[in-house]
Amino acid sequence: MAKLKDLALKPERLTGGHRLCPGCGVPHVARLALRCTDDHLVVGASTGCLEVSTTIYPYSAWKCSFIHNAFENVAATVSGVEAAYRALKKRGAVKENFKFIAFGGDGGTYDIGLQSLSGAMERGHNMVYICYDNEAYQNTGNQRSSSTPMGSNTTTTPVGSESYGRVGKRKDLTAIMAAHHIPYVAQAGAHNWKDLSRKFERALEVEGPAFINVLTPCVPGWKYDGKNTINISRLAAETCFWPSYEIDHGKWKLNFFPKEKKPVEEFLKTQGRFRHLFRPESRHVIDLLQQEVDEYWERLLFLCGKSDKAPQAAK
Amino acid sequence: MKKVLTGNQAVSWGVMRARAQVIAAYPITPQTTIIEELASLVSDGKLDAHFIKVESEHSALAACIGAQQAGARTFTATSAQGLALMHELIHWAALARLPIVMADVNRAMAPGWTIWTDQNDSLSQRDTGWLQFYCESNQEVTDSVLQAYRIGEQISLPVMIVLDAFFLSHTAEAVDIPEPAEADAYLPPWKSDLIVDVDNPRAFSGMTGVDVYQEFRYLQHEAMLEGIKVAATADKEFGEIFGRSYGLIEPYRCEDAEAILVTSGTITSTSRDVIDAYRDRGEAVGLLKIRMFRPFPIDLVREALRGVPNVGIIDRNICPGFGGIFAQEIKASLYDMEAQFRPNLYGFIAGLGGRDVTPKTIEGILEKTLHPEKTDHHLNWVDLKV
Repeated sequence: MAKLKDLALKPERLTGGHRLCPGCGVPHVARLALRCTDDHLVVGASTGCLEVSTTIYPYSAWKCSFIHNAFENVAATVSGVEAAYRALKKRGAVKENFKFIAFGGDGGTYDIGLQSLSGAMERGHNMVYICYDNEAYQNTGNQRSSSTPMGSNTTTTPVGSESYGRVGKRKDLTAIMAAHHIPYVAQAGAHNWKDLSRKFERALEVEGPAFINVLTPCVPGWKYDGKNTINISRLAAETCFWPSYEIDHGKWKLNFFPKEKKPVEEFLKTQGRFRHLFRPESRHVIDLLQQEVDEYWERLLFLCGKSDKAPQAAK
Repeated sequence: MKKVLTGNQAVSWGVMRARAQVIAAYPITPQTTIIEELASLVSDGKLDAHFIKVESEHSALAACIGAQQAGARTFTATSAQGLALMHELIHWAALARLPIVMADVNRAMAPGWTIWTDQNDSLSQRDTGWLQFYCESNQEVTDSVLQAYRIGEQISLPVMIVLDAFFLSHTAEAVDIPEPAEADAYLPPWKSDLIVDVDNPRAFSGMTGVDVYQEFRYLQHEAMLEGIKVAATADKEFGEIFGRSYGLIEPYRCEDAEAILVTSGTITSTSRDVIDAYRDRGEAVGLLKIRMFRPFPIDLVREALRGVPNVGIIDRNICPGFGGIFAQEIKASLYDMEAQFRPNLYGFIAGLGGRDVTPKTIEGILEKTLHPEKTDHHLNWVDLKV
């Protein structure tokens, strides 16, 4: 596993000068991922924040090859690139070793790109798919996605006299990807470089497809001061709102076990998107969210062999 | 080498001779046997290609876009609903200037749920920036696939080879398969600016401002127009090597014609027989086959129809609320011709959803074109049962 000093000395493959927001959780995750292999890289990105902010024609913030092809199809596109690479390498037209990384936000991954992702993973392309999950369509200004947490105030689930925000539970995409039985699946947060870099290294070294779901706080969408991105991501782990775990060749492993599991409220109160939940008439939503988090955590403990208690059917 | 092949197999053998390197496709009737044949050719080691069996047509074209941008020669095939599902990326492939080749087996759009032929699927892609060739025979299908790569790669634009469902796709006839060495001489290996070039990494399809987008469109349009010349040369040189060429349009027995029928696809073959019978009786009628629909060879069409008194255009398609799509194109092409040479045009809609267009049907159309006193200039429905 790489040390921080070694990682820092690796060449920068996503340069500064891009137009992502100050404090955005995404760019340092992407930069870290690109440092986790010495091979050449082709990066694909679905339409979204990372894509529109880093390749404004005729400029590119990427020092490696980069391909964008619509919103719902980065996985299929990169599978084409990977197949072409294999075809050309076989003929000697390409000599160097390449790795392939696809980036998609939660909209491009959980929702519109799910079919393309599922297909690419099932077919076994040698690629790493990284979902930067900022829990809504943030590129278009915070519309709800299937990753948006219950109670979140978004522009398509606005809080009003008849609404406390997003209704219902988030989609468990990491488990859906685990069900593809691909070599490597992991979930992580933007705050923990050590956990992240180990996962990126593992994903890039396994033969075949790998998927990593990274929670990346969004300053304008989640409504907080940009200096708190890392703290908020850490709170997501400490409250078990966003547990860190991996499934390596079918073996589930918990990567972070908080000494003291903080109430989910600690995470919620840091962000304007949940502010309305602290009004008396909405407190019950916090209880529902806590219940969702607790049930998920219990199930995860069981799957990771940390508990003998079989998960209860979801209420 | 002569083989008895269906139209769909003729596509696949053309793709094999073109040495496509990455194929991505999703099955749909009536295209399916194209990709089954390709899968067999790959499995038997006759075609050295990576065949990505994607989960949808949208992903098929996405994978082709990725592969083509990475430097591979690619191929896909589809029909009707599948083509419509690709639509977003059909624009994308053309604006990204990628010479992908696709076969579309013409199938009518649903509902009513149908698998039979008409041209509304491919004609719905008219404004996307793909070249389109409508084929008449299985031989023409194989040959057009090779020509498609040659043309598309010269002007950096994608090419669609179109063939009628069942009338061609599932009908077998003898096809002379080009020898590999001759095919290689005609179609040199594809060389692109590789995305997987470590010394010169590229970024594709970035965010584009108002200052340059219109220029991209202008260059695409200019490349399309260039495609008319490039396709004519590609067809001529094909003829020099293989002894077969087709033209972008083909006037058939048009000399001094009083009336000409304009056709595309397999209706052309049937119409040839009708024209022959009329000519044998001494009637001055002819046929104009439109093979290249995009770019539309306006000058060639004007030349072929100049001074012809009456022209009947058979459309196996309908633009609802306007009329036949080939008729619309031809009418627009002839509008600014000098009045004394401009033909009277009569549009006919026939054979939608795979309804048979028989010699008798075509005779009826020809009669209405020769004696148009009661024929509508714009739109005449043929064999209508309501």
